[in-house]
Amino acid sequence: MSDITVTIDGKQCRANEGEYILNIARRNGIFIPAICYLTNCSPTLACRLCLVEIDGKRAYSCNAKAKDGMAVTTKTEEIEVERKAIMKVYDTNHPLECGVCDQSGECELQNYTLEMGVDHQEFSIADTIRPVHEWGFIHYDSSLCIVCERCVTICKDMIGESVLKTVPRGGVALPKEWKEVAPKDTYAMWNKLQKSLIGIASGADTLECTNCGECTAVCPVGALVGSDFQYSSNAWELQKIPASNPHSSDCSLIYYDVKQTNIKDPIEKIFRVSSDYNYAPLHGGIRYGYDFENKGEGKDQKAMKKAVKFFKEEADTIKFDSFITNEEAFILQKLKEKYGYKLVNDDAYAYKRFLENFRKTAGKSLYSGDIKSLQNSNFVVSVGSYVKSDNPNVGYGINNALTMNKGAGLYFHPIIDPIVDGYSKNMLCINHKVGVEESILYLVLDLFGDKERLPENLLKYLESFHSKEKKTIAEIVKEQVKEIVKDEESGEEKEVVKTVSKKIEKEIEVDKNSLYDTVGLDDDFDTKLKKMLMKKDKFFLVAGEDLYNHKRAENLAKLLGLIQRYTNFEILIIPSKTNTLGVSLICDLDEKVGKKVAGYNVKADFNLSALGKGDLSFPALNQQEGTFTSLNKRVVPTNVALSFDGYCLNDLANELGLKAENTIDYTFELGRVSGYKSEEFDELPNEFLNSGVENRGYLLDVESFEANDEVGEIEDIDFGDQSVVYLANPVMQFSAFTNRAHQLNEAGALYASSDYMEANGFKDGSMVLISTKDAKLAVAIKYDHQIKGMIPYLPTFDTKLEVMPFFEDGYRYAKVEIKGVQND
Amino acid sequence: MELRGFKNRNATPGYIYFEGEKESQNSWERFKRFSARAVKGELFVGLWIVLREMIKFNIHTVQYPLQKLQMFPRYRAIHKLLRLFESGHERCIGCGLCEKICIANCIKIDTKVDENSRKLVTEYSINFGRCIFCGYCAEVCPELAIVHGDDYEHASEQRAHFGLREDMLTPIDEFKAKKQKEFPGFGALSKDADKFVKKTPLAY
Repeated sequence: MSDITVTIDGKQCRANEGEYILNIARRNGIFIPAICYLTNCSPTLACRLCLVEIDGKRAYSCNAKAKDGMAVTTKTEEIEVERKAIMKVYDTNHPLECGVCDQSGECELQNYTLEMGVDHQEFSIADTIRPVHEWGFIHYDSSLCIVCERCVTICKDMIGESVLKTVPRGGVALPKEWKEVAPKDTYAMWNKLQKSLIGIASGADTLECTNCGECTAVCPVGALVGSDFQYSSNAWELQKIPASNPHSSDCSLIYYDVKQTNIKDPIEKIFRVSSDYNYAPLHGGIRYGYDFENKGEGKDQKAMKKAVKFFKEEADTIKFDSFITNEEAFILQKLKEKYGYKLVNDDAYAYKRFLENFRKTAGKSLYSGDIKSLQNSNFVVSVGSYVKSDNPNVGYGINNALTMNKGAGLYFHPIIDPIVDGYSKNMLCINHKVGVEESILYLVLDLFGDKERLPENLLKYLESFHSKEKKTIAEIVKEQVKEIVKDEESGEEKEVVKTVSKKIEKEIEVDKNSLYDTVGLDDDFDTKLKKMLMKKDKFFLVAGEDLYNHKRAENLAKLLGLIQRYTNFEILIIPSKTNTLGVSLICDLDEKVGKKVAGYNVKADFNLSALGKGDLSFPALNQQEGTFTSLNKRVVPTNVALSFDGYCLNDLANELGLKAENTIDYTFELGRVSGYKSEEFDELPNEFLNSGVENRGYLLDVESFEANDEVGEIEDIDFGDQSVVYLANPVMQFSAFTNRAHQLNEAGALYASSDYMEANGFKDGSMVLISTKDAKLAVAIKYDHQIKGMIPYLPTFDTKLEVMPFFEDGYRYAKVEIKGVQND
Repeated sequence: MELRGFKNRNATPGYIYFEGEKESQNSWERFKRFSARAVKGELFVGLWIVLREMIKFNIHTVQYPLQKLQMFPRYRAIHKLLRLFESGHERCIGCGLCEKICIANCIKIDTKVDENSRKLVTEYSINFGRCIFCGYCAEVCPELAIVHGDDYEHASEQRAHFGLREDMLTPIDEFKAKKQKEFPGFGALSKDADKFVKKTPLAY
């Protein structure tokens, strides 16, 4: 990997050609101050603090690319003067309200002002009125803003929504006299700073985005803060509890920031969630949906006795979802082994079957890609995933690959998604008909498969989609024509050569791919694709939740296996819920429930619930320690943020004859499951290193098997013209847990685009009746400005809405009838 | 990040047990301990001083509680929260520096955003059972809001006696009667403080 050597302050550092000096320095523990640079994003050169000397010449280390043999000096007298002057400029007119500011204590302006030793001020400029904005979840105080543009950068390069931009400040122009006083770079950055502030790109008054809140996380000062957090606690009073995102399978590193509720109530409370924004972005679901804890009322012994009795005498099935830890899954598996319960978990069962079929053709126990390799790729294909709300972090990865690596991508999904469409102009969104996912995967094999290695029968099958078609094209041909012209005066005849443009129709043979029609690609797709594929060498395919419960799931999985084996694509099969991958690997799952069902966070005859109101209360995921298996194939730990004084699953298991003091005693025993390692929970790290290396838990082992090439032919589902409803949650909602959080609590509805509402004459908030032969549901319709097209969707996060009867077999698309209801 | 704090799953706090002096094993050891404790020369030194001063009639005893001492400005007794002379609003801005610096960890502050989108201190408490009256809170306070008073009588029936904001804040009627005096003691600016700061230039 490391192919060159750079000397930074006398230290020999190995690096890759073209890497930024700043990143090399950080990896090697050499400190270079920088405010505006964000890892994985493009350098903005707003702060100019990262000034260094490379071979005697000034350069900015955040955008200087490494070359072999470079000598870098990070500190000279001249640079120190410049850096101090820059901090003085930032301090000019910055309100002296550190006492009340939320960022105080973790403020980069405070830190660097002290670091550079600013002890007096010589710069001054007339201030302008800079207003405060309330942008929903976000509070922007522009008088505190130092316009480092980190929020703009992260929103564009990582999140992919570009809703923020710099807008004119409207202040006085920087007086010329400072040019003589201020150092060169200081004057230049001040000149730029004095002209701009941050505003909403669309010019609207409110932010219309997916509310990830990443801008508040990256803000080095107190300008952008969460509205809910504002003035509620000083940063240093909060204890940071490292954990993993409990809502979605990216399981990103998060910190629960915890403090006592208030003076009268010493019980701990989560005030906010913070993250290592340089290495892993968070989505809005966890940034604002953190207080989903279950309030226990002590150890309810009666309920426990009832539970034990039910488990010993009546229960034959345990039904659960995948919002549990690996250890809990392991306990359930042990209970199955002891008592022979059936374990039923719909999403993990589908995923497990999918992976099993994938293994048959891929020859590997797991898919090959992860978020890191997605970010490093430059051609991304997404099939069957509604990334924006299914797994936003995968969406951020796709966008990051497209913007940072000049990549291109194909996004196949029946729902038109303006957010994904906006990632890049090289993102081609193809809104295919429902049910043609098989054709898409065959198309990927056809377009990218290694024709020399592909098996004979598959090649033949792929060939069958191609036909030679004669096509007439008009062509303009220049012809030279000899003419004899008679000179009228002299009567002489002359031969003149003339060039004449002539239109002729020509018949050529073109290759026609019938898969294009099935998938719904334009005729000029070939040319578009050719352009997109220029200079591309790292391919990535994202496969999503739509596929796992597809009627042809078995074949789709096998096709993905073949793609992993016969193309250059790295593949990511997104686990649908937080720990779907873990549950599917650890538990031996059953398809159908038995007679008496105990439900864990799922409605059943006896309810074990972390959602409250169950027959026996259990702690929620922010009250538990344990591990998750993330989509990066990594086992990551999560810690207890809030105490829970009731029973947990381990207590119940102990009553039923298992023996373990703590739930995390099973972390070591996970090593018995193939792929997992025998490691003690307390030894698992949970951090990012300065180099950006994810030092969290451990990676699963991927095993290799003998692979076969057996795969079925296309049998797409035809949904006809009937109205279709999709099963998905709106952005920021993932489950009943996110809906318990006080900032995200809302009532579920049928979410629809403006096109759909107009076409059917529905108004925002009006009631509709959704019906099939067997199920009926009256629900309000809600306008979602972040989708287009004619497919509305129903959510799962609201437990009061019984939506599953429409999706009996789990497939995310259902044929339904939707009618307006007159309100009486 | 260090995960050490999360590895202790013992719910009760970790007490440190001190084994103390070795117990005497036999009567000879007990006798030795007794004589070492009972017969000390210092005893007679102290007795002599008292006797000497008594004969001289050099008596400094204050007839407390009939007579009380006037404390000096830098004496550190029970805290007070002051109000702004201009408006009568409380001075505390809720910056939390006293909470941070308190080495006895006895100060707690609750804040929130008020309807004018300013930071509002909703509650302020000092656990006087723990306070060691070191004066750091008054010294660090940027607004001279928390200061030490001169009320040194803080005997209480309970070990933990919490002072809340209403106990410490100058009552509004007392404030209106102009009874609140500027605090000259611990944490206040010295008279020549201006000499030590450089002025920030203004472009107006």
